[in-house]
Amino acid sequence: MTTQLDDRKEHHSAKPAGVSAQVPTTDHVRVTTPDKVCGMGHRMKRKEDPRFIQGKGRYIDDVKLPHMVYMDIVRSPYAHAKILKIDASAALATPGVLAVITGEDLKKAGNLHWMPTIMSDTQMVLPIEKVVYYAQEVCVVIATERYIAADAIEKVVVDYEPLAAVVDPFEALKDEVIVRDDKAKKTNHIWHWESGDPAATDKAFASAATVVEQDIYLPRIHVSSIETCGMVANYDKARGHMQIYMTSQAPHAHRTVFALVSGLPEQMIQIISPDIGGGFGGKVPVYPGYVCCAVASLVLGRPVKWIEDRSENLQADSFARDYHMNAKLAADKNGKIVALKVKTISDCGAADAAANPSKFPAGLYSICTGSYDMKAAHVAVDGVYTTKPPGGVAYRCSFRVTEAVHMIERMADILAHQLGEDPADFRLKNFIRPDQFPYKSPTGWEYDSGNYEGALRKAMEMIDYRALRKEQLERRARGQLMGIGISSFTEVVGAGPSKDYDILGIKMFDSAEIRIHPTGKAMARFGTKSQGQGHETTYAQIVAEELGLPAADVQVEEGDTDTAPYGLGTYASRSTPTAGAAAAMAARKIKAKAKKIAAYLLEVGEDDLQWNVDRFEVKGSPEKKKTIQEIAFAAYTNHPQGMEAGLEATDYYDPPNLTFPFGSYICVVDIDTGTGEVKIRRFVAVDDCGNIINPLIVEGQIQGGLTMGLAPAMFEEIVYDENGQNLTGTFADYLLPTAVESPKWELGKTVTPSPHHPIGAKGVGESPTVGAPPAIANAVVDALWHLGVRHIDIPITPQKVWRLLRAHGVTE
Amino acid sequence: MIPGTFDYHAPKTMDEALTLLHTVDGAKVLAGGQSLIPAMRFRLAAPQTLVDIRHLKELAYVEERGDALAIGALTREFQLEQSPIVARSYPLLLDTAHVIADPIVRNLATVGGNLAHADPANDHPATMLAYGAQLVARKKGATRTIAIDDFFVGLFESSLATGEILVEIRIPKPPPGSGGAYLKIERKVGDYAVAAVAVQLQVSGDVIKSVRLGLTNVNPVPARAKAAEAALVGKTAAPDVLEAAGRAAAAECDPSADLRGQVDYKRDMVRVLTKRAVRRAFERAKGATS
Amino acid sequence: MSRHTITVTINGEATTQEVEARTLLVHFLRENVGLTGTHIGCDTSSCGACTVNLDGRPVKSCTVFAVQADGAKVGTVEGLAAGGKLHPLQEGFWEKHGLQCGYCTPGMLMTAQGLLRNNPSPTEDQIRHGISGNLCRCTGYNKIVEAIQFAADKLRTEGTDA
Repeated sequence: MTTQLDDRKEHHSAKPAGVSAQVPTTDHVRVTTPDKVCGMGHRMKRKEDPRFIQGKGRYIDDVKLPHMVYMDIVRSPYAHAKILKIDASAALATPGVLAVITGEDLKKAGNLHWMPTIMSDTQMVLPIEKVVYYAQEVCVVIATERYIAADAIEKVVVDYEPLAAVVDPFEALKDEVIVRDDKAKKTNHIWHWESGDPAATDKAFASAATVVEQDIYLPRIHVSSIETCGMVANYDKARGHMQIYMTSQAPHAHRTVFALVSGLPEQMIQIISPDIGGGFGGKVPVYPGYVCCAVASLVLGRPVKWIEDRSENLQADSFARDYHMNAKLAADKNGKIVALKVKTISDCGAADAAANPSKFPAGLYSICTGSYDMKAAHVAVDGVYTTKPPGGVAYRCSFRVTEAVHMIERMADILAHQLGEDPADFRLKNFIRPDQFPYKSPTGWEYDSGNYEGALRKAMEMIDYRALRKEQLERRARGQLMGIGISSFTEVVGAGPSKDYDILGIKMFDSAEIRIHPTGKAMARFGTKSQGQGHETTYAQIVAEELGLPAADVQVEEGDTDTAPYGLGTYASRSTPTAGAAAAMAARKIKAKAKKIAAYLLEVGEDDLQWNVDRFEVKGSPEKKKTIQEIAFAAYTNHPQGMEAGLEATDYYDPPNLTFPFGSYICVVDIDTGTGEVKIRRFVAVDDCGNIINPLIVEGQIQGGLTMGLAPAMFEEIVYDENGQNLTGTFADYLLPTAVESPKWELGKTVTPSPHHPIGAKGVGESPTVGAPPAIANAVVDALWHLGVRHIDIPITPQKVWRLLRAHGVTE
Repeated sequence: MIPGTFDYHAPKTMDEALTLLHTVDGAKVLAGGQSLIPAMRFRLAAPQTLVDIRHLKELAYVEERGDALAIGALTREFQLEQSPIVARSYPLLLDTAHVIADPIVRNLATVGGNLAHADPANDHPATMLAYGAQLVARKKGATRTIAIDDFFVGLFESSLATGEILVEIRIPKPPPGSGGAYLKIERKVGDYAVAAVAVQLQVSGDVIKSVRLGLTNVNPVPARAKAAEAALVGKTAAPDVLEAAGRAAAAECDPSADLRGQVDYKRDMVRVLTKRAVRRAFERAKGATS
Repeated sequence: MSRHTITVTINGEATTQEVEARTLLVHFLRENVGLTGTHIGCDTSSCGACTVNLDGRPVKSCTVFAVQADGAKVGTVEGLAAGGKLHPLQEGFWEKHGLQCGYCTPGMLMTAQGLLRNNPSPTEDQIRHGISGNLCRCTGYNKIVEAIQFAADKLRTEGTDA
């Protein structure tokens, strides 16, 4: 129960980037509304939970429409092969099988066998000449029942002529095996991208006192939300209307893409994202299965359901990472970082289909100077085709920020160790200082606000860092291997300002439409789409904060493109920075109109009014007041002459900048010298996501994100053999941590609001997935450094550690 | 994901079950189904007929009978975990039951199924080898007892004949001064073993009087580590003895390289686990709790 | 015979339907009976999203044929709330934010019910092991553990079984 409420000041209005923003840091969650209103800062129980805890969620496979039929997919057993013949006769002869669709069929239907990717490349929907990845969709079968479709795909006979696969991008760059011979230029090199100043960087390196260099590889991983992808496409021939239920994190963008690709008029396409069982980026790309499902419905004129099974999901869906990084970090004689140089190969798979904003083929990777003040940096990335599924940013990565942070935090630790300095002290010495914000990085980023020292010191205090270092020395003397790893990351989220950010040309604003009913309840619709982030609660809390309407009275909706305002969806932690801002701005437009109505009702001038939580009061006579509910009623029954009725507003928010959440994580490990097993003894995570909407939900996001950081750090890896066959195609071998492997995360926070965001919030969902892996890797290397170990690529398996131990003479 | 079609029977009596297994070509026993059904869903296994023995409730028991622990083949793994007899006198078996698959799978998976499947990756084979168990099998008109050392004959191949079903597992009651332990390295809970070692021994004073060692997932056929056993008999559990036994076990096993590990790593895990498991079994034999 | 008529009592109500022998119990529940609260998340019995109660114990319904449940009692998430009142586990998951996307939640609830029936006062370690057959990608498990502890405390206070 809150007794003392903070002042409700609108701390922030949208300020253009560049305005001075030295923002004070607190560890205080601001609460300005009483419990019954439940605005920002309240630990509100989630409004969406009742249906989920009773098994009444409506996920894609729960959607059942009359006359619905089922689609299943025949997939390639080869990573690279010519298709000589597809014989579907036995399948078609099976009772219950309605149709088989091949690449030839799609070509005849209007060149639908190829589709554009988000990076303006092209990708096969269904192949005609050849396949280019293991498990690629070859043709689809539609049948009256799911089980019949499953039988039917076994009966399709495909004759292949296997070709040499190329799974290593360095091999691919030799251009001996060309992946995309559909292109004019016969090369596997897709694009080259650079950021920063190469001359200044080289100069800084030339005069540096210490340079460390390291190759760092982040392998392919798969986001593996517990629900796979799926669609129910429902084409009504009589109306010319396509209704699509789809596991989509970005339904409007998908609708526009479908319209452009299919030629169906956009107003006759409705995409409904129902409840989604986890997205994390895996439900942003348009997969061939979706297109085939929609085409099947168009052709058959009845609902077609496609639900991929887990094997298909793991083997063919968008992956993340697969970055081969070579990094060099230089410091002066005082151990101050002066420059960073990074060369990276991005293994894109068989198409450039990563869901990045269009001008960013390497996503936001150039954030990789991280939390450190340095004068120069140069980053170069080359994208390469290989015979593997396309994709790249589907795993809670903020558009390649996981890669960037992993690299710089490993390099910072290597440099600190090389210099013989304590890694915490090294970071404290090199951090960007609070008075340097807004900070212009050498690769062109303008960080909005931060207090890196504050977060690290807090984490050090929580874990009793100095005592741990003492303990480490004592244990080392006894031959026990204990490690402490730090990760002090800067994240960059909230894509993004229209001048730089677009998806296939569509600017990355987002939207809120709020309508207040006569009885003082509200409807709020958004262009984002939660897949578990709690928007039905958090957006309601923002509206409650702004208007004093109890959050319980604000019904939040997302996901139906017929009713929701246009938005770019939810991924890369963008919802709070964009749609959350739109919610505040729309609410303020409503408040402005409400003030006019209140002035009219109270017969005073607007200047005589002040706002107090949920009402306008006459200054000096607060007993003369009108609550927001009274105003809402009046908006329909007693509004001033000449004013339109109603109390609603829409805002399309174009963020002036991205936001920069940050944090410091400290991980303590103990290593079993017999087995190489690494036990995480403690993990402290201090996060700063600016102003907090709902601390309970923020904790949940952080804990979940930490486990999705642990997983790639120690368990997950998509493994291909030399023929491009996926060896980790089920959960039996693609390993996700359980409650036993996942530690008891310890959370702390600092609060450094964003100066340009209307409610000072920054977004948080991906920070922990970004920050955790290097903390773990740094801890393990820290435990082994004295033996001569310099680096270990994730996933850090017991076998890898065992091999290092034995190589350095440590055994049991 | 979806299995192929098959015929299904759920006989109400043992006689009915044995008759079906005897007369129907390609009939396979369905017990817990926790290995068989996943294989069928991937269409790696496609039996034409399943004989579901779930109604044969008389096959589920854990009881001491004379100088043996008798376990019915249909006993579910969780029943081993909950048995006071097992907890009191069969710590090797309890250790093993705790690490088979995951707790939900253990509600259905059966001891008999875990053995009859003859999968070298399963856990009970090594443990039953360490116990020197006897297995009772029935077919129409005949019952026989098979020594565990004769039970595993090939990869996924037991010595059960067509039409024969495993009905009981008998573990000799450990004499005074006995101890046992099962140690398993797994990549995560629910995985098959990278390697695991089962030890059952008897001490006299500080000397290991007798010992049997079973190894999991490091041989194509579940096997004992006989050279390691020989290195321990008549000796104390001194560090150099344990090291010699560990090396012997590592040398005599035949692991395959796969996603769980390279051959040298697996062998070294056998060495380390052998030492640790023997030490724990020894401590239990001397009266240490857990 | 590959088609069978089975009678299964689900959440206290008997239903008789014809199924193929190969029909998985999870599909029977979701498609034949229309109870879609039980979910499918994998194909190797790894994720536990499909967990239901079968004759008193939680099982993975993707790894059981419907015919194996002929004559049996099945409990699903839809049956947890008795007489319109949420089960303490459901309350706990809500109070403690033990869910985000909600997809693993029915399986977690059914596993937790089995766990608490067997062990009304589990330690944290026992809870973590107890739910180790159920995967979650969203929560990081800490708040699921707290939710189950909340329910255990409530059940003990009320003196009822899970």
